[in-house]
Amino acid sequence: MAMNRISLHSKSTQFAALLVVFIVLCLSIDPTENSILWRLPALLAGVPAMVNNSVEFVMFEWMPIEIYNVEIEEYEETALVKEITRSFSGALLFCIQFIREIFLGGVKTIVAFTSWDYIRENPWAQWPALPWTVVAGCAVVLGYALNGRWLALLVAFSTIYVAVFGQWEPAMETLSFVLIAAPLSVLLGLGLGIVAFKSEKTEAILMPLLNVAQTMPHFSYLVPVTVFFGVGDHAGAIATIIFATPPMIRLSLLGLKAISPEVMEAGMMNGCNKVQLLFRVLIPTARRNILVGVNQVIMQCLAMAVIASFIGAKGLGFNLLLALNQLRIGQALELGICIVLIAVVLDKLSLSWANKQVDYFADLSFVERNKYALMMLVVLLAGVVLAYLGSFIFKDGINYLYAIPHNKGITTENFWQSGVDWMVDNWYSGLQGFNTALIVHILIPMKNAYLSMPVSATFLLVMGVGFIIGGVRSALTVGGFLLFIALTEWWDRALITAYMTTFAVIVSVIIGTVVGSLCARSGLATKIVLLVCDTLQTFPSFIYLIPVIMLFGVTDTSVLIAVIIYATIPATRYTVEGLRNVPESLQDAGSMSGVNHLQRLINIELPLAFPHMMLGINQTVVFALFMVIIGAMIGTDDLGQYILKSLSDKNGIGNGLMLGLCVAFIGLAVDHLINRWAKDRKTALGLA
Amino acid sequence: MKYLGRIVFAAAFAIMIAAGMGQAKAADSSSPIVIPTHNWSSQVVMAYIIGGIFESLGDNVEYVPADSQAVYEAIRNGDVTISHEVWQSTFGASFYNAMAKGGLIDAGTHEAETLEEMGVPNYVIENNLCPGLPNWEALANCQDVFSTADSDGKGRWLEGPQSWHGDLMPNRLNALGLGDKYVVKFAGGADAIWAELSSAKKEGRGIITFNWTPNFTDAEGFSFIEFPPYYDGCRIADGGDGKCGSPKGWLKKAANYKFPKTHPAAYSAFSKLSFTTTQIGQMAALVDVDKMSHQDAAKAWLAANEDVWKAFTE
Repeated sequence: MAMNRISLHSKSTQFAALLVVFIVLCLSIDPTENSILWRLPALLAGVPAMVNNSVEFVMFEWMPIEIYNVEIEEYEETALVKEITRSFSGALLFCIQFIREIFLGGVKTIVAFTSWDYIRENPWAQWPALPWTVVAGCAVVLGYALNGRWLALLVAFSTIYVAVFGQWEPAMETLSFVLIAAPLSVLLGLGLGIVAFKSEKTEAILMPLLNVAQTMPHFSYLVPVTVFFGVGDHAGAIATIIFATPPMIRLSLLGLKAISPEVMEAGMMNGCNKVQLLFRVLIPTARRNILVGVNQVIMQCLAMAVIASFIGAKGLGFNLLLALNQLRIGQALELGICIVLIAVVLDKLSLSWANKQVDYFADLSFVERNKYALMMLVVLLAGVVLAYLGSFIFKDGINYLYAIPHNKGITTENFWQSGVDWMVDNWYSGLQGFNTALIVHILIPMKNAYLSMPVSATFLLVMGVGFIIGGVRSALTVGGFLLFIALTEWWDRALITAYMTTFAVIVSVIIGTVVGSLCARSGLATKIVLLVCDTLQTFPSFIYLIPVIMLFGVTDTSVLIAVIIYATIPATRYTVEGLRNVPESLQDAGSMSGVNHLQRLINIELPLAFPHMMLGINQTVVFALFMVIIGAMIGTDDLGQYILKSLSDKNGIGNGLMLGLCVAFIGLAVDHLINRWAKDRKTALGLA
Repeated sequence: MKYLGRIVFAAAFAIMIAAGMGQAKAADSSSPIVIPTHNWSSQVVMAYIIGGIFESLGDNVEYVPADSQAVYEAIRNGDVTISHEVWQSTFGASFYNAMAKGGLIDAGTHEAETLEEMGVPNYVIENNLCPGLPNWEALANCQDVFSTADSDGKGRWLEGPQSWHGDLMPNRLNALGLGDKYVVKFAGGADAIWAELSSAKKEGRGIITFNWTPNFTDAEGFSFIEFPPYYDGCRIADGGDGKCGSPKGWLKKAANYKFPKTHPAAYSAFSKLSFTTTQIGQMAALVDVDKMSHQDAAKAWLAANEDVWKAFTE
C-alpha cells in the first residue's frame, strides 16, 4: 500500500508538471497562420480526392467488359468490379425479398425465377401475404416451444401491439432485412473470430480494423456502400453488417480464448477431429460469450434501422424519418417502440433457442415430437379461416383479420402530441434562462478555449498523458492518432467535436455513476435500470432530437442533451455491473471493520469497481462521439456536419471516409489511454 | 475481355430466343421503374402519383427510400430511375455533379416556380414585431427580436445545412451591412427548421429562417423577406457584390440515361409531366393538413385530377 501511494504521488506530480508546461505553451504561442506550433499544414488535404478517384476508377473503369443490354438493344461498357458487386447485391436483395414476401406477399420472388414479362402476362402469378394472425400465432407458438409461457406472452404482446397500431407492414419490412443481416453478422463474426483464434497473424491484422470499425460513425461509410452496392434494402443490410459484426468477432474471440487447455485436451483424448473439436467442444464451451455477441448483433441491427433507411432500407426507420419531418412525434414514438419490441423479441427468442437442451434419450411418438409444428399448422388453418370470415365482416375495403394497412390501426398520437405541446407551452420560457446561462457562461468559453489551443500544446498534453500512463509506446500511439487528424484540413472541426464530447462525457459519467451506485444497492433496481439501458440503446435517438430542439432551439445545448441521454447508458450500466461484481467477502470484511454504508461505498466498493467503470467511461466516450456526429442533424459546425455534407460532395467517398477516420482516431486515442490505465489498476488491485 | 462480352451476348441472345421473339416492339420494358422517396410529404405523394401514372401505362413501379442528396449518384449508376423534385438551390450542386460524371439526364422542368429564401412566419408581420418587414431594410432595427441564447445579442438567421448553399447567407449579411447585427446558424436539416418554427409559433416569438415555396408552410402563412432583386452575376461566388436576394428558381426532373430507351412511353409521359405550385401545394396539404397516408393522398389526387395527368400520357 505504501509503495502504491508513493508511485501515485509521483504520478500526480507528473500530471501537475505537464499541466503547467501545457498552460505556458498555450499562453506563449501566437495564433498566426504560418506558425507550425499553432496549426500544422494540411498535408493530407489531397487524400480524399485521391481515394475518390481510385474508388471510381476501380468501380467504373478498371477491367472494362462489354455487356449486351437486352432492354436498350445495345452493347454497354461496364466495369468488372461493378458487375461483381452488383451481382452480390442482387443475391442479398433476393434473400431479403424472399423473406419479406413470405410475410407480406408480392411478385419479386416469382420474377426472380421467371421475368417481369411473365408477371405482366400472368396477373395471377402473385404470392399471397400471410394473414397477420398467422405470423403472430406462429411466433407465439415458437416462443412457447423455446421458453414456455412467459416468452409466449411477451411475443403475443409485441406482435399484437405492432398489428393494432397499424405498423405491421413496415415492421415486417424491417424484420425481413434484420432476419438476413443479423444471421449473416453472427456467422461472419463467429467465422472471423475462429480464424483469429487459430492464427495470431490474423488476429494482429484484424484487431486494429475492428477498433476502427467500432469507433467510426456509420454516416461516414454510407456513401461508399451506395457506390459499391447501390441503394436499396441490400445496401442497408450491408451497412448494418459492417456495424454489427465487430462486437461479434470480439466476443467470439474472447470466449474461445477463455477456454482452458484441459477442455481442449479432453476433446482430443476422446478422439475428436478438428471439425468436431471446433463444433462439439470449443463453440459450446465458449457459448456464454458468443451469446452475448448474438445479443449485441441484434441490438446493433435494430439500432441501424433508421440510419439504413438513408440508403434505401424500407420499413420502420423510413416511416420514422417521414413522421419526424412532419413533426408527428407521437407517430414516431409508436414506430420507435415497434423497433424496441422487435429487438427484445428477437433477442429473447435467439437466447432461448441457444439455451435449449436437446434430449437425446427421449422416446417420443411422431405427434409428441412434432407437436409445435402441428400447432403452427393449426394456427395457419385457423388464421386463414379467420381471414376468410373477416372478408364477410369488414365490407368496406379493409379486412382487419387479414392485413392491417399502414397507419390504419389505433393510435395514441394525439396524446403524445398534446404532451409535447404542453411541454413546450409550459417549460419553454422557464428553460430559456438555463439555456442562455449554459451557453454564455460554459459552452461558448469552453469551445473558445479548445479552439485557442495551439497544436503543439495539444500534442504535448495528450502525448504527456500517454507517457505518464503507459510510457513511450503509449505516447507514440496516441501521438500518431493525433498527427493524422492534425494533418487534415479539419483540425478545428475536430477540436469542436472534442469539446462537445468532453462536456457530454463529464456530465454522463457523473449522472451514470450516481444513478448506477444508487441502483446497485438493490437487486430489483439493478434489473430495472439494466432494462432501461437496453431499451434506450435500441430506441431511435432521432425521436428525442425534435422535442429537444423545440425546447432549446438549434443550439449546442440541444445537441449535448441528446448526446448525454445516449452516453449515460454505458456509464450507468458499467457502474452497476462493476459494483455488483465486488466480491461479497470484501464487503463483509469492510462491514466487520465497522464502516457505514457510505464509507463502504467510497472506500471499498468504488475503488474495486473502478477498473470496470473505466471501461464504461471508454464506452461512454464512443457513444458520445457517435451521438455528437448524429447531432449534425440538429445543427453543429464540427466533424459531423462535414460527414453529413459528404453525402452530397463531389469527393463524397474520400471525404466521408477520412472524416470518419478522424472521429475514429479521437475515440481510439481515448480508448488506448483508458484501457492501458484500467489494466494497470486491475493488476495493482489483484483483480486481473 | 471482349471474349467475355461475347459469351454474355450469346447467353443473352439464347435467353431472348427462349423467351420467344414475338413480343411487341417499342413497348415499355416490364422491368420496374425505380422511384425514390425522400423525407418530405409533397415529394412522397408525388412519387406515388407518378408511380400511378406509370402504372396506368402498364409499367411496373418500385419505390425505394433514399437520401435526397445521395440519390443523384444512384440515378447516375442506374440503381434509381428518376427523380421528380430537383430544387435548384438545394440540390442543384448534386444534380450537376452527377450530370458531369455522366449517366444522368435532365428530363425537363416543372411549371411551378420556386423560391428559396429567408423569411418569417406571417404572425411576425401581423403583430408588427419588426415594423417595415417584409422589406429587408427593416431588419437593421430589430436584431433583438430575432436574438437567441447563442447569438450573443445579435439577431439570428436560421439557415439550412451548409451543404445546401455554402456561405451564401453569411456573405449576403456582410454585403448588406447587417454583419454586425446578425449571425447565421446552420441547422442540421429541414426537421430542425420545422421544429424551431413550430416552437416559435407557440410562443409568438420572432424567427428568421430559410424556407421555400411551394411547401406545407404556405398553408400556415409564411412571408419571404424582400431583398434587392437578383440578377445574373450578383452573387459573390459569381463575382458580384452579393447585395441581392435569391432568384425565382426552377424545379427540375432527372432520369437515368437509359430510361428513354427502356421505357419510351413512360419517359415521354415523364418528360411532359409538369406540376404547378398550386398542385404541389395540394399534394402536400392532403397529407400535412388532411392527415391522409401518402398512398391514399396520391390515389385521391389521381382520381380528382384525371384531366391534368391524362394529358401527360398522350
